[in-house]
Amino acid sequence: MNRSDLVAQIPGLRRYARALTGDAWAADDLVQDTLERACAKWHLWAVGSDLRAWLFTLMHNLYASDARRTIRQQQAGVRVDLNDVTQELVAPETANELGLDLQRCLLMLPEDQRTVLLLVSLEDMRYEDVARITGTPIGTVMSRLSRARSRLQALLAAPSRTPSTQTTLLRRLK
Amino acid sequence: MDRNAEALTDIELHQLVDGQGNDTDMASLRERLAQDPVAQAKVAAWQAQRELLGGLHRQLLDEPIPVVLTEAVQQVYASQQSLAQWRRRSGMAAALLLSFGAGWLAHQVGTGPTAGTALARAQADFVQQASSAYAVYSPEVRHPVEVAAADQAHLVQWLSKRIGRQLKVPDLSAQGYALVGGRLLPGSAGARAQFMFQNGSGGRITLYLGAVGDPAKEADRQETAFRFAAEGQLASFYWVDQGFGYALTGRIQRDALMALAQAVYPQL
Repeated sequence: MNRSDLVAQIPGLRRYARALTGDAWAADDLVQDTLERACAKWHLWAVGSDLRAWLFTLMHNLYASDARRTIRQQQAGVRVDLNDVTQELVAPETANELGLDLQRCLLMLPEDQRTVLLLVSLEDMRYEDVARITGTPIGTVMSRLSRARSRLQALLAAPSRTPSTQTTLLRRLK
Repeated sequence: MDRNAEALTDIELHQLVDGQGNDTDMASLRERLAQDPVAQAKVAAWQAQRELLGGLHRQLLDEPIPVVLTEAVQQVYASQQSLAQWRRRSGMAAALLLSFGAGWLAHQVGTGPTAGTALARAQADFVQQASSAYAVYSPEVRHPVEVAAADQAHLVQWLSKRIGRQLKVPDLSAQGYALVGGRLLPGSAGARAQFMFQNGSGGRITLYLGAVGDPAKEADRQETAFRFAAEGQLASFYWVDQGFGYALTGRIQRDALMALAQAVYPQL
């Protein structure tokens, strides 16, 4: 185990954090917090065990506790801006626009579903590892994955630019 | 019932999409999928989604890593590195080290390898005992010290007598730490003293001191540069001056502890 092993994990952590938070600054903050947590808990990492899984576990726990804070902020009405901002960015369907739309839809998924979907699809992790990282039974992981995939499919298919449609869609999905 | 006729479950569809399962299972799943147009549509849609997600923020994988993150990684290793390595990277304590370093090197030259190893072990024991003493007494609420700071004159006189040299309590008020008090402890080379300090938020650090090695042996009467040791979240800076060791220990960041050590050293 040397420094380059840890550095080698950073690009992957950054991408996952970016997809999870939808925000470049928040993502790098999360990665930094994760590395600092790793520093403080270094003695808990068993040499030879999966460094990547350990780092993702630390990040998951940090994000989960932070997400609870974010939920309180949302209830205070902070997050409403998100869709408005995205709609201002309407542009020809370039690759970037497609990514933006995908990211926007991802953020509409509940956090626990988004986490599972990203760990499986983006990080190509095994279901058992996802269960360990998120601290949930594998059955829960599978049902979250099903809900996430079905819902994301519906969100991506929906005419996303009209807020009224989205509202109806979300209501129908419940 | 023919297993091939059974509709594929969602879990099985995920296994197909993510390629998770052994070869035999996958082959049989693919066979059943071939007979199930509804499942085929779902798998195709999820597969497309998976590929779409796979391309998300891909550019981040090739981007240079922000400096702030590589610095955070260095912190992980800093807690395991000896000062010798650390000194090369940081000029912060350079001036202080220079004065230590000259004397230390001069002594190293005349010391045989066996004596050096024994002394290194004595120093390692010393800082380890400092950490243990910190771990035992710093969480104490009612009796963190034997003699409280209110009796400072008595405390210093008593410990000086027991340790066998005139001690001084450093003043760390500029750093936000006040003396709580002190206690006498047993060490591998005789009596040791521990002074405890506390800041406004209840964070405690200790200054642990006493003889290191055998004071009668000339080889053991040497000095060392500042050294850093970490045990879990416990950090210590320690140094040896004329066979007498000092260890500043706390559950704080290395840089903050280094600043405190720099404040302590000139006062002793």
